[in-house]
Amino acid sequence: MTGEQIIFLVVAFFTLGSGLMVVTTGNLVHAALWLISTLFGVAVIFALLDAGFLAVVQVVVYIGAIAILFIFAVMLTRKDMRDQGPQMNRNWWIGALIAASSFGGLFFLLRGWNGLSRTASAIPSGFDAVNELGTALVSPTAYVLPFEVASVLLVAALVGAVYLAFNRK
Amino acid sequence: MVPISWYLTLSAALFSIGLFGVLSRRNAVAILLGIELMLNAVNINLAAFWRYGNVMDMAGQVFAIIVFAVAAAEVAVGLALVISVYRKRNTVIADDIDLMKW
Repeated sequence: MTGEQIIFLVVAFFTLGSGLMVVTTGNLVHAALWLISTLFGVAVIFALLDAGFLAVVQVVVYIGAIAILFIFAVMLTRKDMRDQGPQMNRNWWIGALIAASSFGGLFFLLRGWNGLSRTASAIPSGFDAVNELGTALVSPTAYVLPFEVASVLLVAALVGAVYLAFNRK
Repeated sequence: MVPISWYLTLSAALFSIGLFGVLSRRNAVAILLGIELMLNAVNINLAAFWRYGNVMDMAGQVFAIIVFAVAAAEVAVGLALVISVYRKRNTVIADDIDLMKW
């Protein structure tokens, strides 16, 4: 077992454990904090996959913005859930069953896939992934249209969120 | 080198954990937390297939960036909806939010 595999296993179990805490812990502020540690684990996975830009965006956008937004929302809707009965709904065991069977199904499909033996080719020397990504995002022959659609979506979400949460007196 | 199956298994497990959170939580904010876990699992898959496929083709990373943007939009609108409902109904429990208009 190589060092990279050991790092992967440690990070993977850390990520999955934090993810389990996110969905099971009773205190929502704690759940948001566990989400931050899950997101950080995923950022390390991105770094292991040589996707450095994704790792940085994960830390800046997900941890820096989205997780903080969650903590704000938890505090703004602060009628403590713990004195309002259980955290799980009555049919939580059906949810657990569906989640377990979805994992089982995905794992089964994965076993039958014939691409599992492929290995990562070495990154060619002089290949700048961030440069390539930036070029691909604005190149008319590549992904400029999804990029523009994403920016329109963000503007629409910005306007919609302000409209929805605006407190009309 | 880490086999690609490890990444895909991690991604499937994280997706299932998020799915469990979405299906079984009562609090609307906690449901959104579960959706975040599922989106992250998808991103791991996209990055893994980029790395183990043709590195020159940036499609995997581009789609991961799009997923980031969609996740940010989804969280902003979703939490705004939750806060708006909380102001009117004084609850964030998904079971209690069962009317389109009141």
